[in-house]
Amino acid sequence: MEWTFTEYFALMFGLIFTQNFVLSQFLGLCPFFGVSKKRDSAVGMGLAVIFVMTLASVVTMLIYKGLFLNPSLEKYHMAEYLDIASFILVIASLVQFVEIVLKKLAPALYKSLGIFLPLITTNCAVLGVTQIKLTEFARPEYSLAQAVWLQSLYGIFGGIGFTLALYLMAGVREHLETAMIPESMKGMPIAVISGCCMALAFFGFQGFV
Amino acid sequence: MGAMGEFTKGLLKENPVLVLLLGLCPTLAVTTGLSNAIGMGLAATFVLVCSNLLISIFKSLIPKEIRIPIFIIVIATFVTIVKLVMAAYFPALKASLGIFLALIVVNCIILGRAEAFASKKNPLLSVIDGLGMGLGFTLALCLIAFFRELLGSGTLFGIPLVQGLDAYTQKIFILAPGGFLTLGLILFVFGWLKTRHDKKQMIRKNLEMGREERGKELLGGAEYIAAYESKNSSHKS
Repeated sequence: MEWTFTEYFALMFGLIFTQNFVLSQFLGLCPFFGVSKKRDSAVGMGLAVIFVMTLASVVTMLIYKGLFLNPSLEKYHMAEYLDIASFILVIASLVQFVEIVLKKLAPALYKSLGIFLPLITTNCAVLGVTQIKLTEFARPEYSLAQAVWLQSLYGIFGGIGFTLALYLMAGVREHLETAMIPESMKGMPIAVISGCCMALAFFGFQGFV
Repeated sequence: MGAMGEFTKGLLKENPVLVLLLGLCPTLAVTTGLSNAIGMGLAATFVLVCSNLLISIFKSLIPKEIRIPIFIIVIATFVTIVKLVMAAYFPALKASLGIFLALIVVNCIILGRAEAFASKKNPLLSVIDGLGMGLGFTLALCLIAFFRELLGSGTLFGIPLVQGLDAYTQKIFILAPGGFLTLGLILFVFGWLKTRHDKKQMIRKNLEMGREERGKELLGGAEYIAAYESKNSSHKS
């Protein structure tokens, strides 16, 4: 089953704006509120998330469709109910692996992303991205290569949407630092309410595609 | 702290959502209705209690370097159990919780309790702690869901309260922005109550110690400190 350009565009636009992981699907709220105090660290975190999400999407789809749902392995009863346990292991080891490789090959990049990498294992957006479209992309209409391709696109654009939301939020919070805010509103409550305003703004894209 | 203290601290004083601010993703995602909130809360409580028990039993066997992956696998096992049981007996609830059932694995509350409590204390205390924290999580979910369901769809547990309430409901509360708004306002009220409580306690303590002046100083707040500082600086010059 081939995808048309419109479908690709809808996927991209949807993941960045209308179905933004953070602002409309409530995925990855911990880093969204935790690492959004400075714009520099927001970009670092965002890049690390895009990287891990894309790799995790490819590997988990290969495991799910290529191993668990593989018709030629059916007699071994490959267990698809093991998806959660195996995916979280894949993500955890992937994060470790990326950390080691970056440290060796690109020390400069490691220095800027390094502190964010361990946090990504428990970022629910990463496990979420591998789960949301799992059954849809793993349908028999798609070949293995197509499923992996679509899932990796889903990971990339999901990560970009996450980064956009994180960066915008960091910009807002840098200004909140100097704003006059009631004492009990300072810190988290005002951050959540700014999140509400941003979600409202992104909600305006609804029905666009 | 006694066993009772370990249980009650999770409910209010160290409530995982409203005070420690952990596990926000499921908190906002499933609180569109009270029945969802209770389902999610109980599922997370089950996973929390079981993983706390297992980890505290085997705590001396777990190597320190790879404890996090081991914790995650233990948690993932119990989440898979919950997912399969829910698929068999509560298919409607499973459908409405969606992927957030699987995402209990990466809920920071559960991993946090395993790391901070279960890997250090004995099994009985760990179970009690898990129960308290889990119920605190459920309570927080119910509090948020109560407002969101009432304002967003005019129902509680899916039952309409008053005939014709639909005309006054604001759909935005069951959508994403309303979730952020409700959580933000609830956190604000909690923070306000907490600072007021702390201030009162401090004043009471100081009065009891017979230092009325210190109590007045706390009541006066910023102006008092400013006056005090200007007095000091004039002394110096």
